[in-house]
Amino acid sequence: MRHRLAFQVGPVAFRIGSAWRAPIDALGALYAGYPEPEDGICDFTVRLEPEQPWRRWLRPSVAIRGDYMLPDAMPMALAHGLLAAEMGMNLQMALGQKRYLLLHAASVEKGGRSLILTGESGAGKSTLAALLGERGWRLMGDEFALLDLASGALHPFPRAVSLKNGAIAVVEREVIPTRFGPRLDGTPKGAIRHMRPAADALQRMGEGAPPALILFPRFGVAEEVRPVGQAEIFMRLTQASTNYVALGAAGFDALTRLVSETPAAAIDYPDTDAAVALVEDLWRQAA
Amino acid sequence: MAAPRYVADPVEDIRTVALDGLCVLYHARSGATHIVAPPVPEILEALREGPAGAAELLRRLERQFEIEGDGIAARLEELEAAGLVRRA
Repeated sequence: MRHRLAFQVGPVAFRIGSAWRAPIDALGALYAGYPEPEDGICDFTVRLEPEQPWRRWLRPSVAIRGDYMLPDAMPMALAHGLLAAEMGMNLQMALGQKRYLLLHAASVEKGGRSLILTGESGAGKSTLAALLGERGWRLMGDEFALLDLASGALHPFPRAVSLKNGAIAVVEREVIPTRFGPRLDGTPKGAIRHMRPAADALQRMGEGAPPALILFPRFGVAEEVRPVGQAEIFMRLTQASTNYVALGAAGFDALTRLVSETPAAAIDYPDTDAAVALVEDLWRQAA
Repeated sequence: MAAPRYVADPVEDIRTVALDGLCVLYHARSGATHIVAPPVPEILEALREGPAGAAELLRRLERQFEIEGDGIAARLEELEAAGLVRRA
Protein backbone atom coordinates (compact mmCIF):
# COMPACT_ATOMS: atom_id res chain seq x y z
CA MET A 1 0.00 0.00 0.00
CA ARG A 2 1.29 3.45 -0.80
CA HIS A 3 0.28 5.09 2.48
CA ARG A 4 0.54 3.40 5.82
CA LEU A 5 -0.02 4.01 9.47
CA ALA A 6 0.56 1.63 12.38
CA PHE A 7 -0.30 2.23 16.01
CA GLN A 8 -0.98 0.44 19.25
CA VAL A 9 -4.37 0.56 21.01
CA GLY A 10 -4.05 -1.19 24.38
CA PRO A 11 -2.77 -4.72 23.75
CA VAL A 12 -3.59 -4.65 20.03
CA ALA A 13 -1.46 -3.32 17.17
CA PHE A 14 -3.20 -2.15 14.01
CA ARG A 15 -1.85 -1.40 10.56
CA ILE A 16 -3.91 0.72 8.20
CA GLY A 17 -2.87 0.74 4.56
CA SER A 18 -4.43 3.01 1.98
CA ALA A 19 -4.17 3.82 -1.68
CA TRP A 20 -5.03 7.41 -0.77
CA ARG A 21 -3.08 9.84 1.31
CA ALA A 22 -6.04 11.75 2.79
CA PRO A 23 -7.41 9.00 5.06
CA ILE A 24 -3.98 8.26 6.47
CA ASP A 25 -3.45 11.97 7.19
CA ALA A 26 -6.85 12.18 8.92
CA LEU A 27 -6.19 9.06 10.96
CA GLY A 28 -2.70 10.25 11.80
CA ALA A 29 -4.15 13.48 13.22
CA LEU A 30 -6.86 11.66 15.18
CA TYR A 31 -4.43 9.07 16.54
CA ALA A 32 -1.61 11.52 17.31
CA GLY A 33 0.24 10.41 20.42
CA TYR A 34 -0.63 6.71 20.15
CA PRO A 35 2.49 4.56 20.42
CA GLU A 36 3.87 2.61 17.49
CA PRO A 37 3.53 -1.18 17.71
CA GLU A 38 5.94 -2.40 20.39
CA ASP A 39 7.71 -5.03 18.32
CA GLY A 40 6.83 -3.76 14.87
CA ILE A 41 4.38 -6.63 14.42
CA CYS A 42 0.69 -5.85 13.87
CA ASP A 43 -2.19 -8.02 15.07
CA PHE A 44 -4.74 -6.72 12.58
CA THR A 45 -4.58 -5.02 9.20
CA VAL A 46 -7.20 -2.81 7.59
CA ARG A 47 -6.78 -2.01 3.88
CA LEU A 48 -8.39 0.80 1.95
CA GLU A 49 -8.23 0.22 -1.76
CA PRO A 50 -9.71 2.05 -4.73
CA GLU A 51 -11.24 -0.87 -6.61
CA GLN A 52 -14.15 -2.42 -4.75
CA PRO A 53 -12.58 -1.05 -1.62
CA TRP A 54 -14.77 -2.97 0.82
CA ARG A 55 -14.35 -6.44 -0.52
CA ARG A 56 -11.10 -7.47 1.06
CA TRP A 57 -11.59 -6.37 4.59
CA LEU A 58 -15.29 -7.06 4.74
CA ARG A 59 -14.92 -10.65 3.58
CA PRO A 60 -15.05 -12.13 7.10
CA SER A 61 -18.58 -10.87 7.61
CA VAL A 62 -21.23 -9.76 5.17
CA ALA A 63 -23.48 -8.70 8.04
CA ILE A 64 -21.72 -5.41 8.44
CA ARG A 65 -22.24 -4.45 4.80
CA GLY A 66 -24.68 -1.60 4.52
CA ASP A 67 -24.17 -0.61 8.13
CA TYR A 68 -23.24 2.82 6.95
CA MET A 69 -23.00 4.72 3.72
CA LEU A 70 -20.73 7.47 2.67
CA PRO A 71 -21.99 10.98 3.07
CA ASP A 72 -22.19 12.92 -0.19
CA ALA A 73 -20.66 16.02 1.32
CA MET A 74 -17.44 14.35 2.47
CA PRO A 75 -14.43 13.89 0.25
CA MET A 76 -14.69 10.19 -0.54
CA ALA A 77 -11.24 9.09 0.50
CA LEU A 78 -11.32 10.92 3.80
CA ALA A 79 -14.68 9.45 4.75
CA HIS A 80 -13.37 6.02 3.77
CA GLY A 81 -10.37 6.49 5.94
CA LEU A 82 -12.06 7.37 9.17
CA LEU A 83 -15.18 5.24 9.01
CA ALA A 84 -13.64 2.24 7.31
CA ALA A 85 -10.64 2.16 9.59
CA GLU A 86 -12.77 2.48 12.72
CA MET A 87 -15.22 -0.19 11.56
CA GLY A 88 -12.43 -2.37 10.24
CA MET A 89 -10.74 -2.20 13.64
CA ASN A 90 -14.01 -3.15 15.36
CA LEU A 91 -14.64 -5.99 12.96
CA GLN A 92 -11.14 -7.40 13.26
CA MET A 93 -11.32 -7.23 17.04
CA ALA A 94 -14.77 -8.83 17.17
CA LEU A 95 -13.78 -11.69 14.90
CA GLY A 96 -10.15 -12.19 15.68
CA GLN A 97 -9.60 -11.60 19.36
CA LYS A 98 -8.85 -14.81 21.32
CA ARG A 99 -6.87 -13.59 24.31
CA TYR A 100 -9.70 -11.74 26.00
CA LEU A 101 -13.40 -12.04 26.52
CA LEU A 102 -14.65 -9.13 24.47
CA LEU A 103 -17.56 -7.22 25.93
CA HIS A 104 -19.39 -4.58 23.93
CA ALA A 105 -19.04 -2.06 26.73
CA ALA A 106 -17.39 1.18 27.70
CA SER A 107 -15.04 1.22 30.68
CA VAL A 108 -13.32 3.75 32.90
CA GLU A 109 -10.90 3.48 35.82
CA LYS A 110 -10.37 5.30 39.11
CA GLY A 111 -8.17 4.36 42.06
CA GLY A 112 -6.89 1.24 40.33
CA ARG A 113 -10.33 -0.32 39.79
CA SER A 114 -12.55 -0.30 36.75
CA LEU A 115 -16.19 0.46 36.01
CA ILE A 116 -17.96 -1.34 33.15
CA LEU A 117 -20.80 0.46 31.32
CA THR A 118 -22.77 -1.80 29.05
CA GLY A 119 -26.12 -1.72 27.32
CA GLU A 120 -27.80 -1.52 23.98
CA SER A 121 -26.49 0.71 21.24
CA GLY A 122 -27.79 4.22 21.86
CA ALA A 123 -28.09 3.70 25.64
CA GLY A 124 -25.50 6.41 26.15
CA LYS A 125 -22.52 4.43 27.38
CA SER A 126 -20.03 6.05 24.95
CA THR A 127 -21.10 9.56 25.91
CA LEU A 128 -21.06 8.78 29.62
CA ALA A 129 -17.61 7.17 29.41
CA ALA A 130 -16.30 10.11 27.35
CA LEU A 131 -17.53 12.61 29.95
CA LEU A 132 -16.21 10.58 32.90
CA GLY A 133 -12.87 10.53 31.04
CA GLU A 134 -12.85 14.36 31.25
CA ARG A 135 -13.97 14.47 34.89
CA GLY A 136 -11.39 12.63 36.93
CA TRP A 137 -11.65 9.11 35.53
CA ARG A 138 -9.32 7.37 33.09
CA LEU A 139 -11.13 6.33 29.93
CA MET A 140 -10.27 2.70 29.16
CA GLY A 141 -12.48 2.40 26.07
CA ASP A 142 -15.88 3.33 24.68
CA GLU A 143 -16.56 0.31 22.48
CA PHE A 144 -14.87 -2.87 23.74
CA ALA A 145 -13.89 -3.94 27.23
CA LEU A 146 -11.27 -6.68 27.23
CA LEU A 147 -11.63 -9.15 30.11
CA ASP A 148 -8.42 -11.07 30.81
CA LEU A 149 -9.26 -14.79 30.81
CA ALA A 150 -6.60 -15.62 33.40
CA SER A 151 -6.52 -12.70 35.84
CA GLY A 152 -10.09 -11.38 35.52
CA ALA A 153 -8.70 -7.84 35.08
CA LEU A 154 -10.08 -5.45 32.49
CA HIS A 155 -7.63 -4.20 29.87
CA PRO A 156 -7.87 -0.81 28.18
CA PHE A 157 -8.69 -0.47 24.49
CA PRO A 158 -8.75 3.33 24.21
CA ARG A 159 -9.57 3.72 20.54
CA ALA A 160 -10.91 7.07 19.39
CA VAL A 161 -14.35 7.59 20.95
CA SER A 162 -17.20 7.49 18.44
CA LEU A 163 -19.70 10.22 19.33
CA LYS A 164 -23.08 10.33 17.65
CA ASN A 165 -25.71 13.01 17.10
CA GLY A 166 -26.64 14.90 20.29
CA ALA A 167 -23.62 13.52 22.15
CA ILE A 168 -21.25 15.43 19.86
CA ALA A 169 -22.21 18.88 21.16
CA VAL A 170 -22.30 17.65 24.78
CA VAL A 171 -18.68 16.48 24.61
CA GLU A 172 -17.50 19.39 22.41
CA ARG A 173 -18.29 21.70 25.34
CA GLU A 174 -15.66 19.96 27.50
CA VAL A 175 -12.86 19.00 25.12
CA ILE A 176 -10.40 21.09 23.10
CA PRO A 177 -11.10 21.09 19.33
CA THR A 178 -7.75 19.55 18.35
CA ARG A 179 -8.79 16.22 19.86
CA PHE A 180 -11.69 15.82 17.42
CA GLY A 181 -11.75 14.34 13.93
CA PRO A 182 -13.98 15.82 11.23
CA ARG A 183 -17.75 15.70 11.71
CA LEU A 184 -19.30 13.10 9.38
CA ASP A 185 -22.93 13.87 8.61
CA GLY A 186 -25.49 11.71 6.87
CA THR A 187 -24.47 8.23 7.94
CA PRO A 188 -27.35 5.83 8.79
CA LYS A 189 -26.49 6.39 12.44
CA GLY A 190 -26.73 10.13 11.85
CA ALA A 191 -23.80 12.43 12.52
CA ILE A 192 -20.57 10.88 13.82
CA ARG A 193 -17.51 12.63 15.22
CA HIS A 194 -14.47 10.82 16.60
CA MET A 195 -12.56 12.10 19.62
CA ARG A 196 -9.10 11.20 20.85
CA PRO A 197 -9.20 10.24 24.55
CA ALA A 198 -7.35 12.37 27.12
CA ALA A 199 -3.58 12.04 27.47
CA ASP A 200 -3.66 9.77 30.55
CA ALA A 201 -5.82 7.24 28.64
CA LEU A 202 -3.05 6.97 26.04
CA GLN A 203 -0.13 7.01 28.46
CA ARG A 204 -1.65 4.24 30.59
CA MET A 205 -3.08 2.08 27.79
CA GLY A 206 -1.00 -0.89 28.99
CA GLU A 207 -2.44 -0.74 32.52
CA GLY A 208 -5.34 -3.05 33.34
CA ALA A 209 -7.59 -2.79 36.40
CA PRO A 210 -9.83 -5.30 38.21
CA PRO A 211 -13.56 -4.59 37.74
CA ALA A 212 -15.35 -3.10 40.77
CA LEU A 213 -18.80 -2.18 39.37
CA ILE A 214 -20.99 -2.99 36.36
CA LEU A 215 -23.66 -0.50 35.29
CA PHE A 216 -26.35 -0.77 32.63
CA PRO A 217 -27.05 2.87 31.69
CA ARG A 218 -30.17 4.06 29.89
CA PHE A 219 -30.37 7.65 28.71
CA GLY A 220 -33.46 9.82 28.29
CA VAL A 221 -35.76 8.59 31.07
CA ALA A 222 -36.48 9.62 34.68
CA GLU A 223 -33.69 8.96 37.15
CA GLU A 224 -33.80 5.53 38.75
CA VAL A 225 -31.42 2.89 40.07
CA ARG A 226 -32.64 -0.68 39.78
CA PRO A 227 -31.07 -3.89 41.03
CA VAL A 228 -30.27 -6.55 38.43
CA GLY A 229 -30.07 -10.25 39.34
CA GLN A 230 -26.79 -12.04 38.70
CA ALA A 231 -28.30 -14.54 36.27
CA GLU A 232 -29.74 -11.66 34.23
CA ILE A 233 -26.38 -9.86 34.29
CA PHE A 234 -24.71 -13.05 33.09
CA MET A 235 -27.22 -13.42 30.27
CA ARG A 236 -26.92 -9.76 29.22
CA LEU A 237 -23.13 -9.98 29.18
CA THR A 238 -23.14 -13.13 27.04
CA GLN A 239 -25.26 -11.14 24.59
CA ALA A 240 -22.87 -8.20 24.84
CA SER A 241 -19.86 -10.38 24.07
CA THR A 242 -18.71 -10.97 20.51
CA ASN A 243 -16.58 -14.01 21.31
CA TYR A 244 -18.15 -15.68 24.38
CA VAL A 245 -19.22 -18.79 22.46
CA ALA A 246 -15.91 -19.11 20.61
CA LEU A 247 -13.94 -19.09 23.86
CA GLY A 248 -15.84 -22.09 25.31
CA ALA A 249 -15.10 -23.02 28.93
CA ALA A 250 -12.52 -20.23 29.32
CA GLY A 251 -15.17 -17.64 28.46
CA PHE A 252 -17.66 -19.24 30.85
CA ASP A 253 -15.14 -19.22 33.70
CA ALA A 254 -14.13 -15.59 33.09
CA LEU A 255 -17.72 -14.36 32.83
CA THR A 256 -19.09 -16.25 35.85
CA ARG A 257 -16.16 -14.93 37.88
CA LEU A 258 -16.89 -11.36 36.78
CA VAL A 259 -20.60 -11.65 37.60
CA SER A 260 -20.06 -13.43 40.94
CA GLU A 261 -17.50 -10.94 42.22
CA THR A 262 -18.77 -7.60 40.87
CA PRO A 263 -21.75 -5.56 42.12
CA ALA A 264 -24.07 -4.25 39.41
CA ALA A 265 -27.09 -2.01 38.83
CA ALA A 266 -29.20 -0.59 36.02
CA ILE A 267 -29.32 3.20 35.96
CA ASP A 268 -31.80 5.43 34.14
CA TYR A 269 -31.04 9.11 33.74
CA PRO A 270 -32.55 12.16 32.03
CA ASP A 271 -29.27 13.89 31.15
CA THR A 272 -25.54 13.37 31.34
CA ASP A 273 -24.93 15.51 34.44
CA ALA A 274 -27.46 13.38 36.34
CA ALA A 275 -25.69 10.28 35.00
CA VAL A 276 -22.25 11.42 36.19
CA ALA A 277 -23.66 12.18 39.67
CA LEU A 278 -25.36 8.75 39.81
CA VAL A 279 -22.17 6.98 38.78
CA GLU A 280 -20.10 8.80 41.41
CA ASP A 281 -22.68 7.96 44.08
CA LEU A 282 -22.83 4.24 43.17
CA TRP A 283 -19.03 4.11 42.91
CA ARG A 284 -18.70 5.41 46.48
CA GLN A 285 -21.15 2.76 47.68
CA ALA A 286 -19.26 0.01 45.86
CA ALA A 287 -15.89 1.12 47.23
CA MET B 1 -43.36 -50.01 27.64
CA ALA B 2 -40.83 -49.38 30.41
CA ALA B 3 -40.29 -45.78 31.51
CA PRO B 4 -37.13 -44.26 29.98
CA ARG B 5 -33.96 -44.19 32.08
CA TYR B 6 -31.50 -41.33 31.83
CA VAL B 7 -27.83 -40.56 32.49
CA ALA B 8 -26.06 -37.22 32.96
CA ASP B 9 -22.55 -36.28 31.93
CA PRO B 10 -19.95 -36.39 34.72
CA VAL B 11 -19.43 -33.29 36.82
CA GLU B 12 -16.16 -32.39 35.05
CA ASP B 13 -18.08 -32.07 31.76
CA ILE B 14 -20.71 -29.69 33.17
CA ARG B 15 -19.32 -26.66 34.96
CA THR B 16 -21.89 -25.26 37.37
CA VAL B 17 -21.95 -21.82 38.99
CA ALA B 18 -24.75 -20.61 41.29
CA LEU B 19 -25.89 -17.02 40.66
CA ASP B 20 -28.63 -15.55 42.87
CA GLY B 21 -30.62 -18.76 43.32
CA LEU B 22 -30.28 -19.72 39.67
CA CYS B 23 -27.48 -21.76 38.15
CA VAL B 24 -25.46 -21.31 34.99
CA LEU B 25 -24.10 -24.47 33.41
CA TYR B 26 -21.43 -24.85 30.76
CA HIS B 27 -21.82 -28.13 28.91
CA ALA B 28 -18.44 -29.03 27.44
CA ARG B 29 -19.83 -31.68 25.06
CA SER B 30 -22.05 -29.18 23.21
CA GLY B 31 -20.27 -25.92 24.08
CA ALA B 32 -23.67 -24.56 25.16
CA THR B 33 -24.38 -22.45 28.24
CA HIS B 34 -27.65 -22.98 30.11
CA ILE B 35 -29.34 -20.93 32.80
CA VAL B 36 -31.40 -23.24 35.00
CA ALA B 37 -33.47 -23.13 38.19
CA PRO B 38 -33.79 -25.75 40.94
CA PRO B 39 -34.27 -28.69 40.87
CA VAL B 40 -32.19 -29.04 37.69
CA PRO B 41 -28.72 -29.01 39.32
CA GLU B 42 -30.04 -31.48 41.93
CA ILE B 43 -31.42 -33.78 39.21
CA LEU B 44 -28.09 -33.80 37.37
CA GLU B 45 -26.25 -34.57 40.60
CA ALA B 46 -28.62 -37.40 41.50
CA LEU B 47 -28.31 -38.94 38.03
CA ARG B 48 -24.55 -39.17 38.47
CA GLU B 49 -25.13 -42.08 40.91
CA GLY B 50 -26.12 -44.07 37.83
CA PRO B 51 -28.87 -44.34 35.21
CA ALA B 52 -32.37 -43.83 36.56
CA GLY B 53 -35.97 -43.35 35.50
CA ALA B 54 -38.29 -40.77 37.03
CA ALA B 55 -39.39 -43.01 39.95
CA GLU B 56 -35.86 -43.98 40.99
CA LEU B 57 -34.66 -40.39 40.54
CA LEU B 58 -37.42 -39.15 42.85
CA ARG B 59 -36.34 -41.65 45.55
CA ARG B 60 -32.75 -40.38 45.30
CA LEU B 61 -33.85 -36.73 45.53
CA GLU B 62 -36.17 -37.41 48.49
CA ARG B 63 -33.18 -38.62 50.53
CA GLN B 64 -31.89 -35.03 50.54
CA PHE B 65 -34.73 -32.69 49.65
CA GLU B 66 -38.41 -32.17 50.20
CA ILE B 67 -39.62 -32.47 46.67
CA GLU B 68 -42.92 -32.90 44.86
CA GLY B 69 -42.91 -35.91 42.57
CA ASP B 70 -45.08 -34.31 39.90
CA GLY B 71 -43.11 -33.02 37.01
CA ILE B 72 -39.89 -35.01 37.39
CA ALA B 73 -40.60 -36.93 34.18
CA ALA B 74 -41.36 -33.64 32.40
CA ARG B 75 -38.12 -32.06 33.75
CA LEU B 76 -36.17 -35.05 32.44
CA GLU B 77 -37.73 -34.65 28.99
CA GLU B 78 -36.79 -30.95 28.99
CA LEU B 79 -33.24 -31.76 30.03
CA GLU B 80 -33.02 -34.37 27.30
CA ALA B 81 -34.19 -31.79 24.73
CA ALA B 82 -31.54 -29.37 26.05
CA GLY B 83 -28.87 -32.07 25.69
CA LEU B 84 -28.00 -32.11 29.39
CA VAL B 85 -29.19 -35.72 29.97
CA ARG B 86 -29.59 -38.60 27.56
CA ARG B 87 -31.28 -41.98 27.48
CA ALA B 88 -29.33 -44.76 29.18
